[in-house]
Amino acid sequence: MDYSCCSTFLFILLCVQAATLKPYLNCVKETLTAAMCVQSFDSQVVERHNKPEVEVKSSKELLLTPVVISRNEKEKVLIESSINSIRISIAVKQADEIEKILCHKFMRFMMMRAENFVILRRKPVEGYDISFLITNVHTEQMYKHKLVDFIIQFMEEIDKEINDMKLAVNSRARLSAEEFLKCF
Amino acid sequence: MAEKHNFGVNPVTCHAVSGDKTNLALSLNDHEVKIYKKSGNKWQETDTLGEHGQRVTGIDWASKSNRIVTCGADRNAYVWTYQNGKWKPELVILRINRAATCVRWSPEENKFAVGCGARLISVSYYEEEHRWWVSKHIKKPIRSTVTCLDWHPNNVLIAAGSTDFKARVFSGYIKEIESKPSPCAWGTKMMFATPMAEFSNGGGGWVHAISFSPSGDRIAWVGHDSSVSVADAANESRLVVIKDSFLPFLGITWVSENSMVAAGYDCNPMLFTYDAGKGSLSLVSKLDIPQEKAAGTVSAMNRFRDLDKKASSGDNSTELKTQHQNTITQVSVFDGTKAQCKRISTSGVDGNLIIWDLNVSQHSINASF
Repeated sequence: MDYSCCSTFLFILLCVQAATLKPYLNCVKETLTAAMCVQSFDSQVVERHNKPEVEVKSSKELLLTPVVISRNEKEKVLIESSINSIRISIAVKQADEIEKILCHKFMRFMMMRAENFVILRRKPVEGYDISFLITNVHTEQMYKHKLVDFIIQFMEEIDKEINDMKLAVNSRARLSAEEFLKCF
Repeated sequence: MAEKHNFGVNPVTCHAVSGDKTNLALSLNDHEVKIYKKSGNKWQETDTLGEHGQRVTGIDWASKSNRIVTCGADRNAYVWTYQNGKWKPELVILRINRAATCVRWSPEENKFAVGCGARLISVSYYEEEHRWWVSKHIKKPIRSTVTCLDWHPNNVLIAAGSTDFKARVFSGYIKEIESKPSPCAWGTKMMFATPMAEFSNGGGGWVHAISFSPSGDRIAWVGHDSSVSVADAANESRLVVIKDSFLPFLGITWVSENSMVAAGYDCNPMLFTYDAGKGSLSLVSKLDIPQEKAAGTVSAMNRFRDLDKKASSGDNSTELKTQHQNTITQVSVFDGTKAQCKRISTSGVDGNLIIWDLNVSQHSINASF
């Protein structure tokens, strides 16, 4: 009885979560599709340079208004766009200490290998956990809609990944504690 | 109805067609310009023009005098003349210190204009006595990179769009080589570099492309705020703007006195019509009407195979439904004139050049309405 009640509650909770995650991701997806309209643009400040304007911020008329899409205080996405590049920063949900540590380690692992992820930025923007930098070169080499799909899939998977790792860490901790306490 | 030509995986930055439509010049996002000759229904590469040091950003082919002008991110422009079976370059000193972005021959082909990142337009003409291209600058009141240009049919006025969200009309009258221009709808006094008109559509979009109507009385431009705007000088410079749920456009050209084709990030050229009487601008149709794939024909086996392979059963093929698989960056008249355009050509980031038959597609447009 107790168990079934608990599982029903869990089921409802999951449904609610799934229902709020979907519109959030849809919103991010639509915004990304609109923001990812970039073209090659040579610097008008430095001779013979062609740099992502969203990073160098050399002329303010080439930057668009940044957009923040947030699901709650902790989970949000910042999309900054410019004429030749966009920067997407994601804040991942971190409910407790262990999730914080896991998230930090995981992001660090990926960002150290940023060149293998092509669009990953080496450092996150202040206040966010991970940042992507997409320039006109990327949209020329890859399908735009697939780039958007990649970011969305990343956002879908990252929560799951951290949850899985947390469970693994917890169960391992329990096991090792049990083993250790057997000695006494 | 639409001929599709592929030039590899690299983006086609810009293209231009010769007067007799048998030759094509294009740049594949690098420092070279490739010349192709039509043989059968294929384009055969015949020549490579490699004088630029950085990416080529603009090409224009003078149809009457058969000369090509190219400009690039290396701040130079070259005029290429065809002599003894070879293209001979001639360097033009533009006196600019930032990348050039676009170049256009004037209708009479005695001068050309170059837009650039140095916030100016350089108008160059040939000085016979020094045998040298000389450049004059239009500076004020441009506040940012000039992204697009077009010449008025009277060979004097230049329309320019820039990333300061404005579309402007300047005088490009050069007294050294031409006689005094007669007044037109845009004004009477046409000293060199006089700003004749300035428009902002109220939004805040970088202007990506601009085009004079065949009569020269109207300009149409497209901006990054997904808008198409028309300013009508014959009607007290009335401004009409249309915005819809499409992504921004990167190219626009008039195809008759009242209609224009725009294309951009939606990968689909769209036909717009301007009604001077009502002062309205409306979308007529998309030129690329995708063939609907019959839904529901996925066999059970394919479904499960997809589930196994990709962990989803949905239709997640990478291909878009449109003919262009990535952003269209340029739309130009291929066959005919702006007043009576038979075919248009579009090129894009996907390395394709597509030639659209307007007559046929207009038939299908009529049929679909």
